[in-house]
Formats: sequence, structure tokens, C-alpha cells
Amino acid sequence: MTRETMSGDQILAAGETRPAMTEEALLEINNLKTHFHLQEGIVRAVDGVTFSVRRGRTLGIIGESGCGKSVTAHSILRLVPSPPGNIVDGEILLHRRDGEQSGSRLEEHTDLAGLDARGAEIRAIRGGEISMVFQEPMTSFGPMHTIGNQIMESILLHQADVERAEARELAIENLRRVGIPRPAQIVDAYPHQLSGGMRQRAMIAMALSCSPRLLIADEPTTALDVTIQAQILELMTALQEEFGMAIIFITHNLGVIAEVADEVAVMYLGRIVEQADVIELFDNAQHPYTQGLLNSIPHIDDDKLHRLRAIEGVVPDPYQIPSGCAFSDRCPSFMPGTCDRAMPGLAETARGHLVRCFLFSDAEES
Amino acid sequence: MLAQYIGRRILLLLPLLLVVSVVSFVLIQLPPGDILNMEVLRLRSAGTQISEEQVEALRQLYGLDKSLPEQYWLWITNILLEGNFGTSFTYVKPVSEILAARVPLTAVVSILTAIFVWLMAVPIGVYSATNQYSIFDYFWTFVSFIGIATPGFLLALVFLWIAFVQFGISAIGLFSQEYETAPWSWGKIVNLLQHIWVPIVIIGMASTAGMMRTMRGMMLDELNKQYVITARSKGLTETRLLMKYPVRTSLNPTISTIGWMLPGIISGEALVSMVLNIPTTGPVLLQALLNQDMYLAGSIVFVLSVLTVIGTLLSDILLVWLDPRIRYEGVS
Repeated sequence: MTRETMSGDQILAAGETRPAMTEEALLEINNLKTHFHLQEGIVRAVDGVTFSVRRGRTLGIIGESGCGKSVTAHSILRLVPSPPGNIVDGEILLHRRDGEQSGSRLEEHTDLAGLDARGAEIRAIRGGEISMVFQEPMTSFGPMHTIGNQIMESILLHQADVERAEARELAIENLRRVGIPRPAQIVDAYPHQLSGGMRQRAMIAMALSCSPRLLIADEPTTALDVTIQAQILELMTALQEEFGMAIIFITHNLGVIAEVADEVAVMYLGRIVEQADVIELFDNAQHPYTQGLLNSIPHIDDDKLHRLRAIEGVVPDPYQIPSGCAFSDRCPSFMPGTCDRAMPGLAETARGHLVRCFLFSDAEES
Repeated sequence: MLAQYIGRRILLLLPLLLVVSVVSFVLIQLPPGDILNMEVLRLRSAGTQISEEQVEALRQLYGLDKSLPEQYWLWITNILLEGNFGTSFTYVKPVSEILAARVPLTAVVSILTAIFVWLMAVPIGVYSATNQYSIFDYFWTFVSFIGIATPGFLLALVFLWIAFVQFGISAIGLFSQEYETAPWSWGKIVNLLQHIWVPIVIIGMASTAGMMRTMRGMMLDELNKQYVITARSKGLTETRLLMKYPVRTSLNPTISTIGWMLPGIISGEALVSMVLNIPTTGPVLLQALLNQDMYLAGSIVFVLSVLTVIGTLLSDILLVWLDPRIRYEGVS
């Protein structure tokens, strides 16, 4: 299922007048379904997700724990453990322009969903073209090797012409770039000798060491305290400006999303429920779930204090998802006979603004 | 840093060894009676007349009339200053001579067993963990339960029986008959190697089984850690990332337990050696204890304890080399 906005981009990309580099799609995910086949039943962690990431831009993915954000991210790099997880449907297209890979065609797509998860092709992409920063800086580095060793490993793996000594210089340079003091000494430090913030910086240095075109940041600031969080966000935006990579930024923190994202996708129980430009989303949130999320954050400029409004209920058990719209059991605008009957489809309510809700469109998901 | 750490550990060993020597000596002296009671009993039952005065003279000769601390002092100063471990009453020769013949072989069997255990357990544990619930995993789980549950001497008996009944081989001893009393030569070493794997496998069985389970459990823990996913997200091949990250971390307990694996091997070795008739310290120690041959028993316990303590030291040093987290947290 190709959306109207996306097909528009594709026409432009193929046409004579190339749009600005930043408008081209780099990664396109179509109807991705990643399911976990467990003894208790099938968990549809990602169930028909479609989005695209443009070159040099940031897509924010937001949602509560367990909504499928991380599984989506892990699916892109084929890091979902199998068994029990499997990509059962959909494509993950990585677009390459001429010269970006050894292939000589003008434009090339690789469907990552179709690759062997242990094969050489996906391994060349991991850490090279697409790299990832994870949530827990405390455990993201192996404890037995120095930071430098682990960064050099990435460099040596993806850049065949680089010698060890040069890789070390590059690792130091990368550490310096992410604002680590005394990089020439820190390069020989073990992970346990660094603070969480420093480790996350080192992690970013490692992820950027091979100049990826897409950086997937899976809750990179969640485990850090607020001041460090702000520093890391600032660093990521600055590095994005410097290197022009695209970012998929996964978080459950709306404030963070507002800071970094160009476009935002809101996920609930394995599906995107609303997707829009970041300003449009914050000004004109339409899905009751997105509105609920926005209402649940405190505003510093409110005249008088009032209680925060939390979203009713909890995320349902993955084996007992309500029939019809998955959010229907918690929705303040629940319409009996409509919402519990069918899953609403994603409909465009304004240019580039997609909402999955019967309040806005009668479209049902096929 | 490392040299300082090793130096400190060696300094700590000295008081430990002192305690070990006292405990060895006292333990040997604890049972009522002494070697002379046994000796007198033996002589009298053989019909030899022996008077109380003669017994008393012997007691003075061997220093048995002195107090326990005095006896200990004599024993330990002789060992430290002259390398004299005393005389064995049962064998009627210097203890050091018996030790010289037996301790090296015990050390060789123990070390080879430790190596065998490690070489078997680590790869199987790693493979079992990475292929959890596969047929391979179930097979080795089954084997390891048998291995842990079956005493070594019973395995030795079963092995002897099968070798004799099925193949007509007498699998006793470490050498073929022609080499039994021959001086050391190349041929004798080859002959030794042909025989020594039997006790090694039997003695190492329980430790292998245990370590296999440890390694499997450690690996299963480590495999789900974030850093493994990080390594995978960098594009490493599965084998390389396994070897470099989770296996390396999981090795930690297999190294740190070498220290207490050695005593286990040595005591397990005693029983197996009795059954297989292997000239290690085990059977001699048992005989010495039965006869209350205190200098012999005490010396064997002491020497084996010293070897174990040294083994622990080596495993600690190995661990510091292996795991960078230990060095800094332990010393500074």
C-alpha cells in the first residue's frame, strides 16, 4: 500500500528536476509486519507499519512501552531474534544513489526484509550504511574491551583500506567529535570507567564512525539524566547538520521529539495511528491517543495549575487486543458500534497528515 | 599495576600457607593413638615380644612424647630449613622420596585433567547455549547430569569391566608392563600418554559436566545482553561476535573456579587412582591415614594444599588478565 504523499516523492525522484537532496526518500517501509510466535500465541508487535525516512531528515517515532517502536527499529537492521520473531510481511527498501554502493545502477533499492538476517549483505549495511544507538549506555559496550577497540572494530570492518594505526586515529577523532574530553586517553579506557553520558557519547561516536546515511536512535536519552539528555540531543542535531545523515529517533518523550524531529509517527500497539510534520502534530493533533499523550505532559506556561490528565487504562495485553480499533477500550471519544467493529484505516486529513481514526474518515483497514 | 597486584597476592599467600600447614598437622594428629600403637599391635600379633620400655624408647626416638606445638615446630622447621619431611613408618623411607616419586605424576594428572575439562566444557557449553533446546543441547544436558551424578570410582570400575569383558584389555596402571619399572625414556613417555587419557577422562567427568552447565548458563545470560546486540548491529559475523564478546565474558567463572576445581580433582583422583592402580599420591595418602603414618599423611596434605593455593593464585592472575573490570576495582 503506497500512500499518496510517498508516490508523489517517487515521481519527483525519478523525474528530471531533482528536488533538494533532503526531500528524497532514503528508507521506505511498506506494510511491515513483525510477529513473535510464542507458546502463548502470536504477538503482532509490528502490524502493518508504513513510513519513509528522507535523506538528512529526522523521523521521530513515539509511543508507550510495548507499542512496537523498538521492534520496528530492530526489524530494519534485521536484529529481531528469530525464533521467535519474524518479519511476516512487508518491505524495507533502502534506496541508494549511483556510487553509494558498488552496484552501478542509477538508483537501487535493497529490500532489507528479504535479506538473510545473518548474511553478508545485511552485515555490510549494519554499522556501515545504517547504524544504531541503543537505550542502555551502561550495557551497550562489551565490558572486556576498550572503547577504542570497539570503535576501531567498526571502522576496520567496513573500511577495508584503513590500517590499524589509522583506525585508532579515526576512533580518537570520532571521540573528539562527540565532545569527549581527552579522547586520546579515553580511547584506551574500559566502558566501566566512563559515566553513562560519556558512554552514550562514545556509542554515538561508534555509530557515526563509518559515516552512515541513516542513524537509528532507539531511546538514546531515556536512561540519562535531563542535563545530559539535552547535551546528547544537541550533539545529535549538530552532527546531523555536519554529516547530513537521516535519523530515526525513537522515544516515548514528547519533549524530546519536539526538539529533534522533522516528522513524527505516533505508534500504538504495532500500528501508526497518526503521522504528520512535527509542527502540524503539536498544533493540530487529531487522534485521541496523540491528544492524550500531549495532555499528559505538564506545561510551564499555564496560568493556573491543574491536574495532569493521564490516558485512561493501560496498554492491553498483547493476546487480548480489543476488536476493531486497538485504542477503542481507552478512547475518550469511543463510538459504540463503529470503533469496536473494524480497524480504521490511515486517512489523510491535511497534506502529509495521516490519522487512523473513524472520527476523521470512514476508511477501514483492508 | 599488575606486578603490584601479583606481589600483594603472593604476600597474602604466606600467612595462608602457615595456617594450611598447622591445619594439616593438627588434622593428622586428631585421631586417638599414633603410629606406634599400630606398629606395636602389628609386631605383637606377629608374635614379637616388645616391652613397654622399648615402646617408650621408640616414642622418644620419634619425638612422639613431645607436646603438639613442639612436634609441629620440629616438623615444619625440618621441612623449611632442610627439605626434610620426616620418615614414613609404613614405607620405612624418607617421606621426601615418596613425594618425589608421586607428586609430579599427581600434578601432571591434575593439570591435564583441568585442561581436558576446560577444552571439553567450554566449546560444548557455548554451542549448547547458542543452540538452546536443540538435540545437541539435550544430549549434552543428559550427559552432564549423568556425569555429575556418577562417582568417578564407579565410572572407573565400569570402564575396567567393559575394557576387560569386551576387548580383553586390562586397563590398569599408567604404563605397559615392559615400561613399568624401566627408566624414563621417549618410549616410556609415549606409553604414558597412551594410558593417561583413561584416568583423565574419568576424573574429569564430573568437573566437565559441571563446568559445561556453568558455561551454558553464563552464555545464555550474556547472549541477551545489550552489548551483543550492539556488536551485531555493527555488522560483525555471528561467530566473531560470539567469540569476542559473550564467550569472553562467560569464561570468567571457568577461570575463577580452577582454584577450587583442583582440590576436587585431587580427591576424586585418589579414589579413581585406587581403582585404576595409578601411582599418584591418592592411594598413598589413604594408606598413610589408615596407618596413622603422620609424617607421610601430613606432608602429602601439606604439599597438595600448597599446590592448590598456587593454582588459585594462577587462576586469580589469569582472571585479572582476562577481565579488565577486576584489576581496578580490586586493587586501587
